[in-house]
This record gives sequence, structure tokens and C-alpha cells, in this order.
Amino acid sequence: MSDAAANPALPAVDTTASSSTVSVWQIFLQFLIIGATSFGGVVPYLRDRLVTKTQWVDDKEFVEMLSISQSLPGLNATNMAVLVGEKLRGVTGAIAGLFGMCLPGAVLMFAVGIFYHLHGDHPWSTAALKGVAAAAVGLILSTVVGLSKKALSRKFDFVFMAATVLAVNRLHWSVPRALIIVGILAILFHRPKGHHEESEVTR
Amino acid sequence: MSQIPALIRVFAYLSILTVGGGMAAFPEMKVLTVEVHKWLTFPQLIHIYSVGQMAPGPNMMMIVVIGQWAGGVLGAVATLLAFFGPTALLAFVVAKAWRKLEKWPWRTSIQQGLAPVSIGLLLAGCFSMAKGAITGLETGTIAVATLLILLQYKINPALLVVGGAVVGLLSFLPK
Repeated sequence: MSDAAANPALPAVDTTASSSTVSVWQIFLQFLIIGATSFGGVVPYLRDRLVTKTQWVDDKEFVEMLSISQSLPGLNATNMAVLVGEKLRGVTGAIAGLFGMCLPGAVLMFAVGIFYHLHGDHPWSTAALKGVAAAAVGLILSTVVGLSKKALSRKFDFVFMAATVLAVNRLHWSVPRALIIVGILAILFHRPKGHHEESEVTR
Repeated sequence: MSQIPALIRVFAYLSILTVGGGMAAFPEMKVLTVEVHKWLTFPQLIHIYSVGQMAPGPNMMMIVVIGQWAGGVLGAVATLLAFFGPTALLAFVVAKAWRKLEKWPWRTSIQQGLAPVSIGLLLAGCFSMAKGAITGLETGTIAVATLLILLQYKINPALLVVGGAVVGLLSFLPK
């Protein structure tokens, strides 16, 4: 753990200087550690390592990157790896971050796949898996509640949320169709408080 | 082996549906992997998705299992690249532009507008999974208990999924 590059004499001030000397290998290694240890949700582990330990990004930048990650398709974990890797070392940095982030979980799930094929229909497995699946439903619901508290800015947003659920589960719309139609309506609802002079800015 | 082009097509498509989280792609994933290509059954999909929640890293690594079952090691690698490649590329390209658009008033509108829709997609995925996972009083209780504990206490969610396995063993193991 002797990382000379990320351990300068003046850590708080000089983020840009230290980040220009970060090696691609360091990026891979740090994301590999995050990818191997981030049990139960990746965001706190990302913050701990990127903001606190290595100081590759500051707190404000981290929040900014996270909000971009959430608006884009893709998982937070991999989008953050790409954004931070790109910031530090361009294309190669992004690729290094992405591979480090994915490698441990992928190897683990590969082993799970083999094990499941061998023992998946054992009574012990089916009993445990029933409980695991039920707990996972509770976990996703808690994510929905947490995100709703954080990301919804107006009461009426719940109408868009419900419309999306109905479109996918009841009307059996495809996800892209629901995303585009309800998404456009919601974006129009949240349109900038129009002053006429601002219409110039649009494309 | 012949499954690999199909794996790449399906997972590259699913990749761009993961707005707000991997769960958003779940309804579509069920249709494509279970009903169209029959790479696995719906209960198997639910099982590996749920087990995947205990693994570290991005929480959709369960896709590796589907790739592996349909196309071996090569299938697993192809699935992985197809699922993470397109969104990584998009993140790479958009991130810079997005930062430059800081002053653009519609940027906030897009962020605020997409939030309820992406949460709705997560919820839709959750309901579609619950149809297969919540089969009775016991599983319903596990789900509600997990939800309430997570809302009430700051506890690592992976531990609760492990807890679900223990409760499952205790309640569903044939005597």
C-alpha cells in the first residue's frame, strides 16, 4: 500500500497535480478494491476510497459525478468508474476503472453460476433462495423509497412514477416506450420557468 | 456457441434500459432471456438476481451467469462486454458535454423529469420480480421485514439478504 503518487505533502489543496500523476495501474487497483469489497451498495465505498482515501475527487465533484451517473443509463458503479477514470487518465483510465470495478463480482458470479447448476435444486438451496429472493424484493423497495425521498422535487412526480409503473406492468409497454413517453411528459412538466429570452439558449 | 450473437444483442439492448438502476431493465430481461430465448427459467432468473445482490461491485453481475449458461466462458465474457460496454461509452461521451451544459436551463428539467420515471421503472421491475418471489405469507413477511429494517436502521443490505437465506432455510426446508 505504498502509493507515492496519491500521497503528496499537501493533499487538500493540490488535487489536480496529484491526479495528473496517478498511474493507470493505480486506477485499476483502487477500483478493483472497491469492486471486491463493496457489499450491499457501491456508493459509500466509492466515496470512502475516491474522496477520503485517495482524494482523486473532492466532495462537490463526487456529488456532481454521481448525479450524472444516475441520470444516464448504466449502473452507478460502472458509470462512476468511467467518469473518475476518464478524469484521471482519459480513455485508458476509464477502461482501467471499469475493468477493476467489474472483475471481482464477475468472477464471483461465474462461480455462483457453476455452483447453482450443480446444487441449485438441492432442497437446502431452494429453501435458502426463496428467502434470498424475498429479501431482495424488500431491498429494491427500500431503494425506491430512498430515491423517492432524495430525488423527487414535487408532489406531482408521484403521478409520473405511478404512470411508469402502470405502463410497464399493466399496459405491458416496453421499457424504452415508457421511458420516452412518460419521460418527455415529465421533462416538460419540469421545464425551465420560461422567460422568453431563454428560448435562444435551446440548441 | 451459436447463442453468443443473441447474447450480445440482448444484453447490449438491456444495457441502455438501465436508467436509474439495473432493476429498470428487469421486465424486459425477463421477456428476452426467459420467454424469447429460454436461456433460463423465471425462478432461476429471480434466484440469480437475488444472489447477485450479495456480491460486491455493480449489482447486475448476475448477467454473467446467464451468459455462462447460454454460451460458456465465452458467453459470459460476451455478455459482460455487451452489458457494460454501451453505457460506459455513453458515460464517457456524455459526461464532458453534460458538464459544459451546466448553464443550460433544460439540464435541470431533464434531471428532475427523469427522476420519477426512473424510480417508476425500478418499482415496475420490483413488482415484476415480486410476482415470482412473493409466493405466500412467509416470503411476504421476509420482504416487508427487510424493507422496514432498511428504512429504520443503517445496516448493510447484503447482510439482510444473507438473513433472508437463513430465514428461508428455517421456514422452507422440508422436515
